[in-house]
Amino acid sequence: MKLTVNGQAHEVAAETLAALLRELDFQGSWLATALNGDVVPAGERDRCRLADGDRIEILSPMKGG
Amino acid sequence: MLEFYGQKLASRLLLGTALYPSPAVMAEAVKASGTEIVTVSLRRETSGGKAGGQFWSLVQSLGVRVLPNTAGCHSVSEAVTTARMAREVFGTDWIKLEVIGNHDTLQPDVFGLVEAARILASEGFEVFPYTTDDLIVAERLLDAGCRLLMPWCAPIGSARGPQNPDALRSLRGHFPGIPLIVDAGIGRPSHAAAVMELGYDAVLLNTAVAKAGDPVAMAAAFGTAVEAGREAYCAGLLEPRDMAVPSTPVIGMAAFS
Repeated sequence: MKLTVNGQAHEVAAETLAALLRELDFQGSWLATALNGDVVPAGERDRCRLADGDRIEILSPMKGG
Repeated sequence: MLEFYGQKLASRLLLGTALYPSPAVMAEAVKASGTEIVTVSLRRETSGGKAGGQFWSLVQSLGVRVLPNTAGCHSVSEAVTTARMAREVFGTDWIKLEVIGNHDTLQPDVFGLVEAARILASEGFEVFPYTTDDLIVAERLLDAGCRLLMPWCAPIGSARGPQNPDALRSLRGHFPGIPLIVDAGIGRPSHAAAVMELGYDAVLLNTAVAKAGDPVAMAAAFGTAVEAGREAYCAGLLEPRDMAVPSTPVIGMAAFS
């Protein structure tokens, strides 16, 4: 399946958002995710099924002003 | 006592966490400033979560509240989505709402700001809107559910200080019961003291501390300046006069000729 993760093209086997994080080795309770512009809370990643062409954002705490 | 959305605060300085020479200097500056609130952001994770995790651990160790921002968002939907993600990650309803309208000036898109504020307030967010010093926009933001306002005094990172003190004074006069925080444009401790002397409740700044020669010392200087400005406002300032007025008594002067 071809996805865009944080703006970069990826070819992955994962079929859910939770599986995608594992496959790309993203770990941490502080991560925030969005699928095609909509927030996916951590508790819903297991049920969040992915489709070809989906855009995923994986965000994390960062310094800010 | 100062309150933001029911949270009592002793310090009137809010500090950003960006642009410091190192995370350790940032942590020391936060401590030296006496601040109880630091701003943070959300960005794309590039190293499997490690970079964000380290930063978040450091911020949590400082024992201060966090105010997540929506910096860099140029649309209502971007800002609203970022705010929702920030709420989940940082575990707070507070959001420093930025909807940027212009790449060069980084001035707020006040129309988008009001719209995003309305959406977020309806979802239970406690919105800290980064806005201009426009009175009517301020009224719209309060109508939208904001219970405090954060007008700029000059463009972000410009260090120019209060460009339009009359507009800031007008906001203070119109909204006596609303917490007002000057956010953006402060370059020197004297700028911070000046807006506090106008009766502003607090100051939010980042670059002026982070890019100082000695950020930790500058953080302390800003902490002192904010307190001095506040004490001066509470003490009642002398208004400027057109003519000289002698301070030494004129009665009882000796006559030598």
